[in-house]
Amino acid sequence: MSDPISPLSGARFDGIAHIEEAGPAGMITLRGDLASKPVKSIAATVTGAKLPAQGQIVFGKTGAVAWMSPDELMLFCAYEAAPAGVELATASFGAAHGLAVDVSDARAKFRISGPAAREVMGKIFPIDFAPGQFEPGRFRRSRMGQIAAAVWMEADGSFGIICFRSVAEYAFALLNESALPGSAVGIY
Amino acid sequence: MLILTCPCCGVSAEETEFAAGGEAHITRFGPGASDEEFRDYLFARENPKGVHFERWRHAYGCGKWFHAARCTVTLEVFGTYSAQTLEPPLAIRDAIAARRPGWTWGAAE
Ligand SMILES: [Zn+2]
Repeated sequence: MSDPISPLSGARFDGIAHIEEAGPAGMITLRGDLASKPVKSIAATVTGAKLPAQGQIVFGKTGAVAWMSPDELMLFCAYEAAPAGVELATASFGAAHGLAVDVSDARAKFRISGPAAREVMGKIFPIDFAPGQFEPGRFRRSRMGQIAAAVWMEADGSFGIICFRSVAEYAFALLNESALPGSAVGIY
Repeated sequence: MLILTCPCCGVSAEETEFAAGGEAHITRFGPGASDEEFRDYLFARENPKGVHFERWRHAYGCGKWFHAARCTVTLEVFGTYSAQTLEPPLAIRDAIAARRPGWTWGAAE
């Protein structure tokens, strides 16, 4: 089999924050009744995490589960584990109404870290990233500049972003611009 | 700036995160609707100067449709509520009446 190629092959940029394309990452869109047994067990098996509350992401041993909407979760796992995760999900749903799709190759994933990370994010999202407002475990779908994106905070205070693969270059350029040396505003 | 709270995901965001979907609570007559009824369903809208009920979609967020009650003059938002309803819930009507004494559902229509 050919090697997985992530959208920007792990591109990096160092400015007032550290910008990093995360490389190949497993992502499964899971839709169904979030209160149902299959959804809980699928998420737990794939990621080792419990279901998140509204607007949250929960990290587990082998991945993470993010709350996307009242009937949708995003499962993060190893790139290689995604196809098996979808198979497991489809089998677990059985006759129940549900959907699982491997979107690993349809998304781009970024990591933003460093002391000015909140500020770099705040410049391009219509979101309040102030300490106390946006903390580890928070997961929020929104827009960055002109594209749809979801953002969350990891336990170490760094940010994760996912967006469509087709706009990965725009996302990276936008993040770089926002993190240009000397561009700190000092708001957070 | 208009700030709406999506009742489907709990997020409060400014309007660029949403897509406007026109007037809410439009009734489609039928089967057997007359030409006039079908015309009104398609084209006749309230366009009030004041209290208005609208459909919005959280386009950059959870993707769901919901309803909002707001004032077209002051941009005051009285509340947002589920799209799975035929008329504004009591809590929304009370919130409007509290801010616009004398207002009642259906009277302005
Ligand atoms: Zn929403």
